[in-house]
Amino acid sequence: MLNTNGVPEKKLVLSKFPDRELLLKPKAITECYEDIPCNPCATSCPFDAIYIGEDINTQPVVDFEKCTGCGICVYNCPGLAIFTVQELDSTNARFKIPFELRPLPEKGETWSGVNRAGEIITEVLIEKVSLKATHDKTALVQVLVPVEYINYFITIRRQI
Amino acid sequence: MKQIDLVIIGGGPAGLSAAKMAAESGLSSLIIERDFKVGGQLVKQTHMFFGSEKQYAKTRGIDIAKILVNDVLKYPELIEIMTDTTVVGLYKDKVVTLLQNDKYIKVQTNAIIIATGASEKVLAFENNDLPGIYGAGAVQTLMNVHGVLPGQNVVMVGSGNIGLIVSYQLIQAGVNVLCVLEAASEIGGYKVHASKLKRLGVDIKTSHSIKKAIGKEYLEKIVIGKLDDKWEFIEGTDEELVVDSLCISVGLSPLSNLLSMIETEMKYVSYLGGLVPLIDKNHETSIENVFVAGDVCGVEEASSAIVEGYLTGLVVAKKLGFVHPNYDELYLDFKDQLQNLRSGPFGEKLRLGLEEIMR
Ligand SMILES: Cc1cc2nc3c(=O)[nH]c(=O)nc-3n(C[C@H](O)[C@H](O)[C@H](O)COP(=O)(O)OP(=O)(O)OC[C@H]3O[C@@H](n4cnc5c(N)ncnc54)[C@H](O)[C@@H]3O)c2cc1C
Ligand code: SF4
Ligand code: SF4
Repeated sequence: MLNTNGVPEKKLVLSKFPDRELLLKPKAITECYEDIPCNPCATSCPFDAIYIGEDINTQPVVDFEKCTGCGICVYNCPGLAIFTVQELDSTNARFKIPFELRPLPEKGETWSGVNRAGEIITEVLIEKVSLKATHDKTALVQVLVPVEYINYFITIRRQI
Repeated sequence: MKQIDLVIIGGGPAGLSAAKMAAESGLSSLIIERDFKVGGQLVKQTHMFFGSEKQYAKTRGIDIAKILVNDVLKYPELIEIMTDTTVVGLYKDKVVTLLQNDKYIKVQTNAIIIATGASEKVLAFENNDLPGIYGAGAVQTLMNVHGVLPGQNVVMVGSGNIGLIVSYQLIQAGVNVLCVLEAASEIGGYKVHASKLKRLGVDIKTSHSIKKAIGKEYLEKIVIGKLDDKWEFIEGTDEELVVDSLCISVGLSPLSNLLSMIETEMKYVSYLGGLVPLIDKNHETSIENVFVAGDVCGVEEASSAIVEGYLTGLVVAKKLGFVHPNYDELYLDFKDQLQNLRSGPFGEKLRLGLEEIMR
Protein backbone atom coordinates (compact mmCIF):
# COMPACT_ATOMS: atom_id res chain seq x y z
CA MET A 1 0.00 0.00 0.00
CA LEU A 2 1.28 3.41 -0.99
CA ASN A 3 0.39 4.98 2.35
CA THR A 4 1.96 2.30 4.55
CA ASN A 5 5.08 1.20 2.70
CA GLY A 6 5.47 3.44 -0.34
CA VAL A 7 4.46 0.82 -2.93
CA PRO A 8 1.59 2.01 -5.13
CA GLU A 9 -1.12 -0.60 -5.76
CA LYS A 10 -1.23 -2.06 -9.26
CA LYS A 11 -4.55 -0.35 -9.95
CA LEU A 12 -3.00 3.01 -9.16
CA VAL A 13 -0.01 2.32 -11.40
CA LEU A 14 -2.22 1.27 -14.29
CA SER A 15 -4.33 4.40 -13.90
CA LYS A 16 -1.35 6.48 -15.05
CA PHE A 17 -0.60 4.37 -18.15
CA PRO A 18 -2.26 5.19 -21.48
CA ASP A 19 -3.80 2.59 -23.78
CA ARG A 20 -1.31 0.10 -25.14
CA GLU A 21 -1.46 1.38 -28.74
CA LEU A 22 -0.38 4.86 -27.61
CA LEU A 23 2.75 3.28 -26.14
CA LEU A 24 4.06 2.40 -29.58
CA LYS A 25 5.59 5.86 -29.24
CA PRO A 26 7.42 6.89 -26.02
CA LYS A 27 5.19 8.53 -23.40
CA ALA A 28 5.74 10.06 -19.97
CA ILE A 29 4.15 8.33 -16.97
CA THR A 30 3.75 10.51 -13.86
CA GLU A 31 3.59 8.44 -10.71
CA CYS A 32 2.44 11.28 -8.56
CA TYR A 33 -0.63 10.25 -6.59
CA GLU A 34 -1.00 13.01 -4.04
CA ASP A 35 -2.01 16.66 -4.09
CA ILE A 36 1.38 18.15 -3.20
CA PRO A 37 2.49 21.74 -3.83
CA CYS A 38 4.72 21.06 -6.83
CA ASN A 39 4.69 21.75 -10.56
CA PRO A 40 8.11 21.59 -12.29
CA CYS A 41 6.91 18.76 -14.55
CA ALA A 42 4.29 21.03 -16.06
CA THR A 43 6.54 24.07 -16.36
CA SER A 44 9.49 22.15 -17.80
CA CYS A 45 7.66 20.33 -20.62
CA PRO A 46 8.48 22.10 -23.89
CA PHE A 47 5.37 20.63 -25.56
CA ASP A 48 2.83 21.69 -22.92
CA ALA A 49 1.95 18.05 -22.50
CA ILE A 50 1.64 18.05 -18.69
CA TYR A 51 -1.16 20.00 -17.11
CA ILE A 52 -1.35 21.12 -13.49
CA GLY A 53 -2.90 24.56 -13.71
CA GLU A 54 -3.14 27.50 -11.31
CA ASP A 55 -3.39 25.45 -8.12
CA ILE A 56 0.02 23.77 -7.87
CA ASN A 57 -1.42 21.18 -5.48
CA THR A 58 -3.29 19.54 -8.33
CA GLN A 59 -1.91 16.24 -9.62
CA PRO A 60 -0.26 16.30 -13.05
CA VAL A 61 -2.18 15.00 -16.05
CA VAL A 62 -0.32 14.00 -19.20
CA ASP A 63 -1.82 14.74 -22.59
CA PHE A 64 -0.54 11.63 -24.38
CA GLU A 65 -1.38 13.12 -27.77
CA LYS A 66 1.03 15.99 -27.14
CA CYS A 67 3.74 14.07 -25.25
CA THR A 68 6.72 13.19 -27.45
CA GLY A 69 8.51 11.16 -24.79
CA CYS A 70 11.49 13.52 -24.91
CA GLY A 71 12.31 12.84 -21.25
CA ILE A 72 12.85 16.44 -20.14
CA CYS A 73 10.25 16.21 -17.37
CA VAL A 74 11.95 13.01 -16.13
CA TYR A 75 15.02 14.78 -14.78
CA ASN A 76 13.10 17.92 -13.77
CA CYS A 77 10.78 16.16 -11.34
CA PRO A 78 12.08 16.58 -7.77
CA GLY A 79 10.11 13.51 -6.69
CA LEU A 80 11.81 11.28 -9.29
CA ALA A 81 8.26 10.23 -10.05
CA ILE A 82 8.32 10.34 -13.86
CA PHE A 83 9.72 7.96 -16.47
CA THR A 84 9.03 7.47 -20.15
CA VAL A 85 8.13 4.13 -21.69
CA GLN A 86 7.68 2.81 -25.21
CA GLU A 87 6.63 -0.64 -26.36
CA LEU A 88 9.30 -1.31 -28.99
CA ASP A 89 8.15 -4.72 -30.27
CA SER A 90 6.73 -7.96 -28.92
CA THR A 91 9.84 -8.59 -26.78
CA ASN A 92 11.14 -5.28 -25.50
CA ALA A 93 10.09 -2.00 -23.97
CA ARG A 94 12.34 1.04 -23.76
CA PHE A 95 12.36 3.14 -20.60
CA LYS A 96 14.02 6.44 -19.76
CA ILE A 97 14.44 6.73 -16.01
CA PRO A 98 15.99 9.28 -13.63
CA PHE A 99 19.10 8.10 -11.79
CA GLU A 100 20.89 9.91 -8.95
CA LEU A 101 23.30 7.33 -7.57
CA ARG A 102 26.97 7.04 -8.46
CA PRO A 103 28.82 5.44 -10.18
CA LEU A 104 26.55 5.79 -13.19
CA PRO A 105 25.82 2.79 -15.41
CA GLU A 106 27.55 2.65 -18.78
CA LYS A 107 26.14 1.92 -22.18
CA GLY A 108 26.10 -1.79 -22.99
CA GLU A 109 26.11 -2.99 -19.38
CA THR A 110 23.55 -5.42 -18.00
CA TRP A 111 21.90 -4.32 -14.76
CA SER A 112 19.14 -5.77 -12.63
CA GLY A 113 15.64 -4.49 -13.24
CA VAL A 114 13.81 -3.61 -10.02
CA ASN A 115 10.11 -3.27 -9.26
CA ARG A 116 8.28 -0.73 -7.05
CA ALA A 117 8.78 -2.90 -3.96
CA GLY A 118 12.56 -2.85 -4.48
CA GLU A 119 12.74 -6.48 -5.66
CA ILE A 120 14.86 -7.64 -8.57
CA ILE A 121 12.54 -8.93 -11.31
CA THR A 122 14.64 -9.19 -14.46
CA GLU A 123 17.80 -8.21 -16.29
CA VAL A 124 17.92 -5.05 -18.36
CA LEU A 125 20.30 -3.59 -20.91
CA ILE A 126 21.67 -0.07 -20.54
CA GLU A 127 21.29 1.61 -23.93
CA LYS A 128 22.31 5.17 -23.17
CA VAL A 129 23.23 7.40 -20.26
CA SER A 130 22.94 11.16 -20.59
CA LEU A 131 23.91 13.80 -18.09
CA LYS A 132 24.10 17.33 -19.46
CA ALA A 133 24.46 20.52 -17.46
CA THR A 134 20.70 21.10 -17.81
CA HIS A 135 20.07 17.76 -16.08
CA ASP A 136 21.49 19.25 -12.88
CA LYS A 137 23.11 15.97 -11.79
CA THR A 138 20.06 13.78 -12.37
CA ALA A 139 21.12 11.36 -15.12
CA LEU A 140 18.67 10.10 -17.72
CA VAL A 141 19.24 6.40 -18.29
CA GLN A 142 17.72 4.63 -21.29
CA VAL A 143 17.13 0.92 -20.67
CA LEU A 144 15.78 -2.01 -22.62
CA VAL A 145 13.38 -4.08 -20.51
CA PRO A 146 11.56 -7.33 -21.38
CA VAL A 147 8.08 -6.18 -22.39
CA GLU A 148 6.24 -8.39 -19.89
CA TYR A 149 7.58 -6.12 -17.13
CA ILE A 150 6.22 -2.97 -18.71
CA ASN A 151 3.92 -2.27 -15.73
CA TYR A 152 6.38 -3.49 -13.10
CA PHE A 153 9.85 -2.19 -13.93
CA ILE A 154 10.74 1.06 -12.15
CA THR A 155 14.50 1.31 -11.65
CA ILE A 156 17.87 -0.37 -12.09
CA ARG A 157 20.38 -1.84 -9.64
CA ARG A 158 24.01 -2.73 -10.25
CA GLN A 159 24.52 -6.50 -10.36
CA ILE A 160 26.80 -7.97 -7.70
CA MET B 1 25.95 52.13 20.20
CA LYS B 2 25.65 51.08 16.57
CA GLN B 3 22.42 52.41 14.93
CA ILE B 4 20.68 50.30 12.28
CA ASP B 5 17.34 50.76 10.48
CA LEU B 6 16.45 47.08 10.47
CA VAL B 7 18.03 44.10 12.19
CA ILE B 8 17.31 40.67 10.69
CA ILE B 9 18.08 37.79 13.01
CA GLY B 10 18.92 34.62 11.07
CA GLY B 11 20.39 34.35 7.59
CA GLY B 12 18.26 31.48 6.28
CA PRO B 13 15.93 31.75 3.29
CA ALA B 14 13.46 33.91 5.25
CA GLY B 15 16.07 36.37 6.54
CA LEU B 16 17.88 36.69 3.20
CA SER B 17 14.67 37.29 1.28
CA ALA B 18 13.52 39.88 3.82
CA ALA B 19 16.80 41.79 3.43
CA LYS B 20 16.52 41.71 -0.34
CA MET B 21 12.99 43.09 -0.42
CA ALA B 22 13.82 45.76 2.18
CA ALA B 23 16.82 46.82 0.08
CA GLU B 24 14.71 46.90 -3.08
CA SER B 25 12.49 49.32 -1.20
CA GLY B 26 15.52 51.41 -0.21
CA LEU B 27 15.79 50.33 3.44
CA SER B 28 19.15 49.24 4.84
CA SER B 29 19.52 46.25 7.14
CA LEU B 30 21.92 44.13 9.12
CA ILE B 31 21.65 40.33 8.91
CA ILE B 32 22.99 38.48 11.92
CA GLU B 33 23.82 34.79 11.47
CA ARG B 34 25.31 32.53 14.11
CA ASP B 35 26.70 30.03 11.61
CA PHE B 36 29.92 30.59 9.65
CA LYS B 37 27.92 31.25 6.51
CA VAL B 38 24.41 32.36 5.58
CA GLY B 39 21.86 30.12 3.86
CA GLY B 40 20.26 28.42 6.87
CA GLN B 41 18.95 24.91 6.33
CA LEU B 42 19.44 25.24 2.59
CA VAL B 43 23.22 24.84 2.67
CA LYS B 44 22.85 21.11 3.39
CA GLN B 45 19.94 20.28 1.08
CA THR B 46 21.36 18.48 -1.94
CA HIS B 47 17.97 17.42 -3.32
CA MET B 48 15.71 19.22 -5.80
CA PHE B 49 13.03 21.28 -4.08
CA PHE B 50 9.28 21.24 -4.50
CA GLY B 51 7.06 24.24 -4.95
CA SER B 52 6.64 26.30 -8.07
CA GLU B 53 9.23 28.05 -10.19
CA LYS B 54 8.68 31.35 -8.37
CA GLN B 55 10.22 29.71 -5.29
CA TYR B 56 12.93 27.97 -7.32
CA ALA B 57 11.28 24.53 -7.43
CA LYS B 58 13.35 21.72 -8.99
CA THR B 59 16.52 23.60 -8.03
CA ARG B 60 18.66 21.91 -5.38
CA GLY B 61 18.56 23.54 -1.93
CA ILE B 62 22.28 24.38 -1.97
CA ASP B 63 21.82 26.19 -5.26
CA ILE B 64 18.78 28.09 -3.99
CA ALA B 65 20.99 29.30 -1.12
CA LYS B 66 23.50 30.60 -3.68
CA ILE B 67 20.77 32.45 -5.59
CA LEU B 68 19.43 34.09 -2.42
CA VAL B 69 22.91 35.04 -1.20
CA ASN B 70 23.79 36.54 -4.59
CA ASP B 71 20.58 38.57 -4.50
CA VAL B 72 21.64 40.04 -1.19
CA LEU B 73 25.21 40.72 -2.31
CA LYS B 74 23.81 42.98 -5.03
CA TYR B 75 23.13 45.60 -2.35
CA PRO B 76 26.50 46.10 -0.63
CA GLU B 77 25.58 49.63 0.48
CA LEU B 78 22.29 48.60 2.00
CA ILE B 79 22.80 45.12 3.43
CA GLU B 80 25.44 44.26 5.99
CA ILE B 81 25.99 40.61 6.99
CA MET B 82 27.59 39.47 10.23
CA THR B 83 28.31 35.74 10.38
CA ASP B 84 29.64 33.77 13.37
CA THR B 85 27.54 36.14 15.43
CA THR B 86 24.71 35.06 17.72
CA VAL B 87 21.89 37.19 19.02
CA VAL B 88 21.79 36.52 22.74
CA GLY B 89 19.59 39.32 23.99
CA LEU B 90 16.64 41.32 22.83
CA TYR B 91 15.05 44.27 24.61
CA LYS B 92 11.72 45.98 24.18
CA ASP B 93 13.34 49.29 23.26
CA LYS B 94 14.81 47.46 20.23
CA VAL B 95 18.31 47.02 21.53
CA VAL B 96 19.86 43.79 20.31
CA THR B 97 22.83 42.14 22.03
CA LEU B 98 25.18 40.14 19.83
CA LEU B 99 27.91 37.72 20.79
CA GLN B 100 30.84 37.69 18.41
CA ASN B 101 34.28 36.19 19.19
CA ASP B 102 33.49 36.19 22.93
CA LYS B 103 32.64 39.88 22.76
CA TYR B 104 29.24 41.44 23.35
CA ILE B 105 28.07 44.10 20.91
CA LYS B 106 24.96 46.23 21.33
CA VAL B 107 22.93 47.50 18.42
CA GLN B 108 20.04 49.96 18.46
CA THR B 109 17.46 49.48 15.72
CA ASN B 110 14.04 50.71 14.59
CA ALA B 111 12.64 47.36 13.53
CA ILE B 112 13.50 43.68 13.92
CA ILE B 113 12.67 40.68 11.76
CA ILE B 114 13.18 37.43 13.62
CA ALA B 115 13.94 34.61 11.19
CA THR B 116 15.72 32.12 13.43
CA GLY B 117 14.13 29.00 11.92
CA ALA B 118 13.52 25.85 13.92
CA SER B 119 15.45 23.21 15.84
CA GLU B 120 15.10 19.44 15.82
CA LYS B 121 12.95 17.70 18.36
CA VAL B 122 14.47 14.94 20.45
CA LEU B 123 13.00 11.55 21.29
CA ALA B 124 13.09 9.88 24.71
CA PHE B 125 14.22 6.22 24.89
CA GLU B 126 16.74 4.20 26.86
CA ASN B 127 20.37 5.21 26.09
CA ASN B 128 19.38 7.94 23.65
CA ASP B 129 22.62 9.73 24.46
CA LEU B 130 24.99 7.08 23.04
CA PRO B 131 27.46 8.33 20.44
CA GLY B 132 26.13 7.28 17.03
CA ILE B 133 22.66 8.66 17.67
CA TYR B 134 22.11 11.84 15.69
CA GLY B 135 19.40 14.22 14.65
CA ALA B 136 18.68 14.06 10.91
CA GLY B 137 19.86 17.64 10.51
CA ALA B 138 23.19 16.84 12.13
CA VAL B 139 23.65 13.90 9.77
CA GLN B 140 22.95 16.15 6.81
CA THR B 141 25.43 18.74 8.01
CA LEU B 142 28.07 16.04 8.55
CA MET B 143 27.54 14.48 5.13
CA ASN B 144 26.63 17.35 2.87
CA VAL B 145 28.57 20.25 4.39
CA HIS B 146 31.63 18.48 5.82
CA GLY B 147 31.76 15.31 3.70
CA VAL B 148 31.84 12.94 6.69
CA LEU B 149 29.74 9.76 6.86
CA PRO B 150 27.84 9.21 10.11
CA GLY B 151 28.31 5.43 9.92
CA GLN B 152 27.81 2.39 7.71
CA ASN B 153 24.50 0.92 8.88
CA VAL B 154 21.78 3.35 9.77
CA VAL B 155 18.16 3.21 10.90
CA MET B 156 16.02 6.33 10.46
CA VAL B 157 13.30 7.17 12.99
CA GLY B 158 10.52 9.23 11.42
CA SER B 159 9.00 9.14 7.94
CA GLY B 160 8.23 12.81 7.46
CA ASN B 161 9.78 14.48 4.44
CA ILE B 162 13.02 15.16 6.28
CA GLY B 163 13.42 11.53 7.40
CA LEU B 164 12.68 10.27 3.90
CA ILE B 165 14.96 12.77 2.17
CA VAL B 166 17.88 12.28 4.54
CA SER B 167 17.53 8.48 4.16
CA TYR B 168 17.79 8.92 0.41
CA GLN B 169 20.84 11.17 0.79
CA LEU B 170 22.46 8.56 3.07
CA ILE B 171 22.04 5.96 0.33
CA GLN B 172 23.50 8.39 -2.21
CA ALA B 173 26.51 8.71 0.10
CA GLY B 174 26.90 4.92 0.09
CA VAL B 175 25.48 4.23 3.56
CA ASN B 176 23.27 1.19 4.14
CA VAL B 177 19.85 2.31 5.41
CA LEU B 178 18.26 -0.74 7.08
CA CYS B 179 14.80 0.73 7.49
CA VAL B 180 12.73 3.78 8.33
CA LEU B 181 10.57 3.55 11.45
CA GLU B 182 7.28 5.42 11.70
CA ALA B 183 5.12 5.38 14.83
CA ALA B 184 1.96 6.38 12.98
CA SER B 185 0.05 3.87 10.86
CA GLU B 186 0.80 5.81 7.68
CA ILE B 187 3.85 7.43 6.13
CA GLY B 188 4.14 11.10 7.13
CA GLY B 189 5.92 12.66 4.17
CA TYR B 190 5.19 12.88 0.47
CA LYS B 191 4.68 9.43 -1.05
CA VAL B 192 6.93 10.26 -3.99
CA HIS B 193 9.82 10.41 -1.50
CA ALA B 194 8.70 7.15 0.13
CA SER B 195 8.39 5.34 -3.20
CA LYS B 196 11.86 6.56 -4.17
CA LEU B 197 13.31 4.88 -1.08
CA LYS B 198 11.24 1.74 -1.32
CA ARG B 199 12.40 1.00 -4.85
CA LEU B 200 15.99 1.22 -3.57
CA GLY B 201 15.11 -1.60 -1.20
CA VAL B 202 14.54 0.36 2.02
CA ASP B 203 11.74 -0.94 4.20
CA ILE B 204 9.41 1.65 5.69
CA LYS B 205 7.95 0.19 8.87
CA THR B 206 4.81 2.03 9.89
CA SER B 207 3.42 1.47 13.44
CA HIS B 208 7.00 0.86 14.63
CA SER B 209 9.35 2.75 16.88
CA ILE B 210 12.65 2.55 18.68
CA LYS B 211 12.52 0.98 22.14
CA LYS B 212 16.09 1.26 23.29
CA ALA B 213 19.66 1.64 22.18
CA ILE B 214 22.38 -0.79 23.22
CA GLY B 215 26.13 -0.22 23.36
CA LYS B 216 29.02 0.32 25.76
CA GLU B 217 30.88 3.30 24.43
CA TYR B 218 28.97 3.83 21.24
CA LEU B 219 25.84 2.56 19.55
CA GLU B 220 26.03 -1.15 18.65
CA LYS B 221 22.43 -2.34 18.45
CA ILE B 222 18.89 -1.09 18.73
CA VAL B 223 15.67 -2.76 19.78
CA ILE B 224 12.57 -1.81 17.84
CA GLY B 225 8.98 -2.87 18.36
CA LYS B 226 5.54 -2.67 16.83
CA LEU B 227 3.04 -0.17 18.20
CA ASP B 228 -0.69 -0.51 18.74
CA ASP B 229 -3.06 2.30 17.80
CA LYS B 230 -2.41 4.02 21.14
CA TRP B 231 1.30 4.05 20.30
CA GLU B 232 2.09 1.48 23.03
CA PHE B 233 4.61 -1.25 22.22
CA ILE B 234 2.96 -4.60 21.53
CA GLU B 235 4.52 -7.35 23.61
CA GLY B 236 6.50 -9.98 21.78
CA THR B 237 7.22 -7.79 18.74
CA ASP B 238 10.76 -6.81 19.77
CA GLU B 239 13.39 -7.02 17.10
CA GLU B 240 17.11 -6.41 17.48
CA LEU B 241 19.00 -4.64 14.70
CA VAL B 242 22.77 -4.25 14.43
CA VAL B 243 23.54 -0.64 13.53
CA ASP B 244 26.31 1.87 14.09
CA SER B 245 24.11 4.93 13.69
CA LEU B 246 20.60 5.96 14.42
CA CYS B 247 19.09 9.04 12.91
CA ILE B 248 16.18 10.80 14.62
CA SER B 249 13.79 12.87 12.57
CA VAL B 250 10.64 13.40 14.57
CA GLY B 251 9.92 17.00 13.69
CA LEU B 252 11.11 20.51 14.28
CA SER B 253 10.08 23.15 16.76
CA PRO B 254 10.28 26.90 16.15
CA LEU B 255 13.32 28.64 17.69
CA SER B 256 11.17 31.29 19.30
CA ASN B 257 13.01 31.87 22.59
CA LEU B 258 14.23 35.35 21.61
CA LEU B 259 10.60 36.42 21.29
CA SER B 260 9.90 35.39 24.85
CA MET B 261 12.63 37.78 26.03
CA ILE B 262 10.56 40.78 24.96
CA GLU B 263 7.34 39.26 26.24
CA THR B 264 5.74 38.86 22.85
CA GLU B 265 2.34 37.21 23.05
CA MET B 266 2.93 33.54 22.29
CA LYS B 267 0.85 30.42 21.90
CA TYR B 268 1.63 26.72 21.84
CA VAL B 269 0.27 25.38 18.54
CA SER B 270 1.16 21.76 17.86
CA TYR B 271 0.28 22.06 14.16
CA LEU B 272 3.01 24.69 13.85
CA GLY B 273 5.60 22.69 15.81
CA GLY B 274 5.46 24.34 19.23
CA LEU B 275 5.55 27.78 20.82
CA VAL B 276 4.96 30.51 18.24
CA PRO B 277 4.21 34.26 18.38
CA LEU B 278 0.80 35.67 17.59
CA ILE B 279 1.01 37.69 14.38
CA ASP B 280 -1.14 39.93 12.23
CA LYS B 281 -1.60 39.48 8.48
CA ASN B 282 1.72 41.26 7.87
CA HIS B 283 3.66 39.05 10.30
CA GLU B 284 3.98 41.76 12.94
CA THR B 285 4.02 40.39 16.51
CA SER B 286 2.29 41.94 19.51
CA ILE B 287 5.37 44.17 19.95
CA GLU B 288 5.33 47.01 17.45
CA ASN B 289 7.96 46.82 14.72
CA VAL B 290 9.00 43.29 15.69
CA PHE B 291 8.20 40.93 12.84
CA VAL B 292 8.71 37.22 12.22
CA ALA B 293 9.23 35.20 9.04
CA GLY B 294 9.93 31.57 8.16
CA ASP B 295 9.96 28.47 10.35
CA VAL B 296 10.13 30.50 13.58
CA CYS B 297 6.42 31.29 13.23
CA GLY B 298 5.39 27.80 12.12
CA VAL B 299 7.51 24.97 10.75
CA GLU B 300 6.90 24.83 7.05
CA GLU B 301 9.04 24.83 3.91
CA ALA B 302 11.79 26.91 2.37
CA SER B 303 9.38 27.89 -0.39
CA SER B 304 7.05 29.59 2.07
CA ALA B 305 9.95 30.91 4.18
CA ILE B 306 11.25 32.77 1.11
CA VAL B 307 7.87 34.30 0.34
CA GLU B 308 7.26 35.21 3.99
CA GLY B 309 10.68 36.86 4.01
CA TYR B 310 9.82 38.93 0.95
CA LEU B 311 6.48 39.89 2.46
CA THR B 312 7.88 41.06 5.80
CA GLY B 313 10.80 42.89 4.14
CA LEU B 314 8.33 44.72 1.94
CA VAL B 315 5.98 45.62 4.80
CA VAL B 316 8.65 46.66 7.29
CA ALA B 317 10.25 48.96 4.72
CA LYS B 318 6.92 50.64 4.09
CA LYS B 319 6.32 51.08 7.81
CA LEU B 320 9.65 52.84 8.14
CA GLY B 321 8.84 55.09 5.21
CA PHE B 322 10.47 53.24 2.33
CA VAL B 323 7.72 52.21 -0.07
CA HIS B 324 8.65 49.81 -2.84
CA PRO B 325 7.66 51.21 -6.28
CA ASN B 326 5.60 48.05 -6.95
CA TYR B 327 4.33 47.67 -3.40
CA ASP B 328 0.69 46.82 -4.10
CA GLU B 329 1.42 44.39 -6.89
CA LEU B 330 4.12 42.57 -4.92
CA TYR B 331 2.07 42.45 -1.75
CA LEU B 332 -0.79 40.72 -3.52
CA ASP B 333 1.56 38.38 -5.36
CA PHE B 334 3.29 37.23 -2.14
CA LYS B 335 -0.06 36.69 -0.40
CA ASP B 336 -1.21 34.71 -3.42
CA GLN B 337 1.89 32.54 -3.53
CA LEU B 338 1.57 31.70 0.18
CA GLN B 339 -2.05 30.75 -0.23
CA ASN B 340 -1.25 28.61 -3.24
CA LEU B 341 1.56 26.76 -1.44
CA ARG B 342 -0.70 26.01 1.53
CA SER B 343 -3.93 25.17 -0.23
CA GLY B 344 -3.42 21.39 -0.66
CA PRO B 345 -4.23 18.60 1.81
CA PHE B 346 -0.66 18.70 3.20
CA GLY B 347 -1.28 22.35 4.09
CA GLU B 348 -4.42 21.65 6.08
CA LYS B 349 -2.88 21.42 9.56
CA LEU B 350 -0.77 24.42 8.77
CA ARG B 351 -3.80 26.45 7.74
CA LEU B 352 -5.56 25.55 10.99
CA GLY B 353 -2.43 26.39 12.98
CA LEU B 354 -1.98 29.75 11.29
CA GLU B 355 -5.59 30.66 12.02
CA GLU B 356 -4.87 30.12 15.70
CA ILE B 357 -2.07 32.66 15.82
CA MET B 358 -3.74 35.47 13.88
CA ARG B 359 -4.06 38.61 15.99
C1 LIG C 1 16.17 17.53 5.44
C2 LIG C 1 15.34 18.72 5.08
C3 LIG C 1 14.74 18.75 3.83
C4 LIG C 1 13.98 19.84 3.44
N1 LIG C 1 13.41 19.84 2.21
C5 LIG C 1 12.70 20.90 1.79
C6 LIG C 1 12.12 20.94 0.46
O1 LIG C 1 12.26 20.00 -0.34
N2 LIG C 1 11.42 22.03 0.09
C7 LIG C 1 11.26 23.08 0.93
O2 LIG C 1 10.64 24.07 0.52
N3 LIG C 1 11.77 23.07 2.19
C8 LIG C 1 12.49 22.01 2.64
N4 LIG C 1 13.01 21.99 3.91
C9 LIG C 1 12.64 23.03 4.86
C10 LIG C 1 13.46 24.28 4.76
O3 LIG C 1 14.83 23.99 4.77
C11 LIG C 1 13.10 25.20 5.91
O4 LIG C 1 11.71 25.33 6.01
C12 LIG C 1 13.67 26.59 5.70
O5 LIG C 1 15.08 26.51 5.67
C13 LIG C 1 13.24 27.57 6.78
O6 LIG C 1 13.83 28.80 6.54
P1 LIG C 1 14.10 29.83 7.70
O7 LIG C 1 14.84 30.96 7.06
O8 LIG C 1 12.85 30.09 8.42
O9 LIG C 1 15.04 29.06 8.75
P2 LIG C 1 16.48 28.40 8.63
O10 LIG C 1 16.80 27.96 7.29
O11 LIG C 1 16.54 27.41 9.73
O12 LIG C 1 17.46 29.61 8.98
C14 LIG C 1 17.51 30.18 10.26
C15 LIG C 1 18.89 30.76 10.48
O13 LIG C 1 18.90 31.51 11.69
C16 LIG C 1 20.11 31.29 12.38
N5 LIG C 1 19.90 31.59 13.79
C17 LIG C 1 19.07 30.94 14.67
N6 LIG C 1 19.12 31.51 15.88
C18 LIG C 1 20.01 32.55 15.79
C19 LIG C 1 20.48 33.53 16.71
N7 LIG C 1 20.06 33.57 17.99
N8 LIG C 1 21.38 34.44 16.27
C20 LIG C 1 21.81 34.42 14.97
N9 LIG C 1 21.38 33.53 14.08
C21 LIG C 1 20.50 32.61 14.46
C22 LIG C 1 20.41 29.84 12.08
O14 LIG C 1 21.78 29.53 12.24
C23 LIG C 1 19.94 29.69 10.64
O15 LIG C 1 20.98 29.92 9.72
C24 LIG C 1 13.79 20.92 4.34
C25 LIG C 1 14.40 20.90 5.61
C26 LIG C 1 15.18 19.83 5.98
C27 LIG C 1 15.85 19.83 7.33
S1 SF4 D 1 8.38 13.39 -22.01
FE1 SF4 D 1 8.78 15.39 -22.92
S2 SF4 D 1 6.93 15.82 -24.06
FE2 SF4 D 1 6.40 14.17 -22.69
S3 SF4 D 1 5.59 15.20 -20.92
FE3 SF4 D 1 7.75 14.90 -20.53
S4 SF4 D 1 8.72 16.79 -21.17
FE4 SF4 D 1 6.66 16.74 -22.07
S1 SF4 E 1 7.29 17.47 -10.74
FE1 SF4 E 1 7.10 15.32 -10.13
S2 SF4 E 1 6.55 15.38 -7.96
FE2 SF4 E 1 6.20 17.44 -8.80
S3 SF4 E 1 4.03 17.40 -9.41
FE3 SF4 E 1 5.20 16.83 -11.22
S4 SF4 E 1 5.28 14.58 -11.14
FE4 SF4 E 1 4.65 15.26 -9.12
